[in-house]
Amino acid sequence: MSELSVLDSRDLPELFAALQRHGFRVVGPTVRDGAIVYDELVSAADLPVGWSDEQEAAHYRLKRRDDDAVFAYAVGPHSWKRFLHPSSLTLWRARRTAAGVTIETPAEELPRLALFGVRSCDLHAIAVLDRVLLGGPFVDPYYAERRSRAFIVAVNCGHFSPSTCFCVSMGTGPKATFGFDLALTEVFEPGRHVFVVEVGTDEGAEVLRQVPHRAAEPWERAAADRVVETTAARMGRRLETAGLKEALYANLEHPRWDDVAQRCLTCGNCTMVCPTCFCFTVEDRTDLTGTVTERVRRLDVCFTTEFTYTAGKPLRQSARSRYRQWLTHKLGSWLDQFGVSGCVGCGRCITWCPVGIDITEEAAAIRSASELGERTR
Amino acid sequence: MAGRRRKPKLAVWKFASCDGCQLTLLDCEDELLAIAGEFEIAYFLEASRAVVAGPYDLSLVEGSITTPEEVERIREIRRQSRVLVAMGACATAGGIQALRNFADIGEFKRAVYATPEYVRTLEHSLPASAYVPVDFELPGCPPSRVQVLDLLDAFLHGRRPRIPGHSLCIDCKRQGIVCVMVAEGIPCLGPVTRTGCGALCPRYRRGCYGCFGPMETPNTESLSAWFTHRSGLAPERLMPLYRSFNAAASAFQEASARYATPDQARQATETFWARAFAKRENPDGGEQAPADDQG
Ligand code: SF4
Ligand code: SF4
Ligand code: SF4
Ligand code: SF4
Repeated sequence: MSELSVLDSRDLPELFAALQRHGFRVVGPTVRDGAIVYDELVSAADLPVGWSDEQEAAHYRLKRRDDDAVFAYAVGPHSWKRFLHPSSLTLWRARRTAAGVTIETPAEELPRLALFGVRSCDLHAIAVLDRVLLGGPFVDPYYAERRSRAFIVAVNCGHFSPSTCFCVSMGTGPKATFGFDLALTEVFEPGRHVFVVEVGTDEGAEVLRQVPHRAAEPWERAAADRVVETTAARMGRRLETAGLKEALYANLEHPRWDDVAQRCLTCGNCTMVCPTCFCFTVEDRTDLTGTVTERVRRLDVCFTTEFTYTAGKPLRQSARSRYRQWLTHKLGSWLDQFGVSGCVGCGRCITWCPVGIDITEEAAAIRSASELGERTR
Repeated sequence: MAGRRRKPKLAVWKFASCDGCQLTLLDCEDELLAIAGEFEIAYFLEASRAVVAGPYDLSLVEGSITTPEEVERIREIRRQSRVLVAMGACATAGGIQALRNFADIGEFKRAVYATPEYVRTLEHSLPASAYVPVDFELPGCPPSRVQVLDLLDAFLHGRRPRIPGHSLCIDCKRQGIVCVMVAEGIPCLGPVTRTGCGALCPRYRRGCYGCFGPMETPNTESLSAWFTHRSGLAPERLMPLYRSFNAAASAFQEASARYATPDQARQATETFWARAFAKRENPDGGEQAPADDQG
């Protein structure tokens, strides 16, 4: 284990100040409209200090705590894709002038972002996006630019959502093991409130140097370990992934797809909140006079009919075929395409589906049917 | 555009309506000059008394068809128009006045007018498409400025208008709005409603009222069952939920018929809940979704 340091909770504002001095715009958790969302943070005072959440399928409630815990919540409605793979992006603008057509690319200088409070599942989600958007023959320059300039402050999970989180079974948490500049573990015990800090990169070390800190005592290391061990041990929900892809492929006509299609609203919330769903569409926006055209990229999801509109009609018309596309892509064909699962077990799709459709439950139902089939065969 | 010989003639027509759609067009303040520059405004009484005779290249129709005279007038407008676009909930679905379709028009007449015999009106308030072929429909009560402009723009440049049919939820999420249904337990029609308004109500922490009518593949049965079984909505409140500006849009009409009386509403949602939600097996013994008690 690498060098661990300790940052007193009173010095958290110093970490903010150090990041800002380095030129970062800090984005991270804050309370807004009844949830802990990710937004720009002006100072440490914007953090959800003393707030927690309660999550179930289709249910999220903010909860007040009677202490000053900073990271006592599970992942909320937003993910970091909001900043790294924005929902709307103007790619270029064409202008017709007397001299011909000129193309302008928006020249705004992107701020360097410090992503503050990234959970382990979300580090994995960012790694998935890296594979998808940077790893293939076509590198997405918009993502690359944002991603390469981002600084990541990870947080090991002391608080999680028992009925929606399932990172342990996905091998994606609760401890941040890679992909961060700094990783914090909040150790909150009566009379003591500190952050045990692990440095992941040179730039992380440089930022930490500007913040009051000291070497971690053995008890603090042990306490930090206990935080993630307790979370891992208490996580009840799981998704059995061994052989799942094969089970899904073998059951494309399973009646369970009809069953879930009765409930599914094809509203697209699950894909929109998923930290790894990357699909987008590209639109050209003209102006009335025909002198300016903008090419805009917008996040899109496989639950719309437009998504598969080909030669006069959508290919995936039924809710059944659209839900099946989503689930089999996340848990099956993603592996064929990108070598990893498209699901990192964050549970967002479970919480934010308005009718509580649960990806782990649906996958398990298909799988158990498949195993039943094998046994009786 | 180069090569265009004359400006296309634009006409804006009013039927049974509140003028809100036409106001949306007038509300395009920054673009009005461009509109007047690109189109010959041939008929738009709300903006100008000057009237140019037909035929027209593009007719925007506001309002529903509610009288025998209006039936004749919409037919004549169709004859005079190269492209006819129905604009707004009235012209595309009959509007709020289509509530009459669910009742006895004679009774209304007797209740409201001293001399009901003088009133000559049709039994139903119907969209333009009930009487004439319509080339395109712009949803919304009122339609969105952005979509009205996109339609004009698309017409000028010969492309398909970009008026998506998907749920409102997708635009809620694009904007990073926290879902009022999940985070506050407020029944929201967004999942079955077509996008277009920019998620106005959820942005102000209210449930969607369905102003833009049904989305492309609305599942009102599932959402309604969730409302009554998890969001704490009384079954008798389902019918009025679907019976507003787009009451006569077919998916909402079907839904309100399904929940027409409190008894029917209770039975229909209970049957659906039992079939689709309650009976699903739970293979790994995980917990079921709890009651969402915040109503
Ligand atoms: S599929 Fe669901 S649980 Fe998995 S990463 Fe996406 S939102 Fe999270
Ligand atoms: S599940 Fe759907 S939205 Fe997500 S990446 Fe796959 S196709 Fe795209
Ligand atoms: S699974 Fe849930 S969130 Fe996803 S499209 Fe269906 S109803 Fe919407
Ligand atoms: S607030 Fe309404 S429209 Fe927005 S995501 Fe939630 S259910 Fe959908």
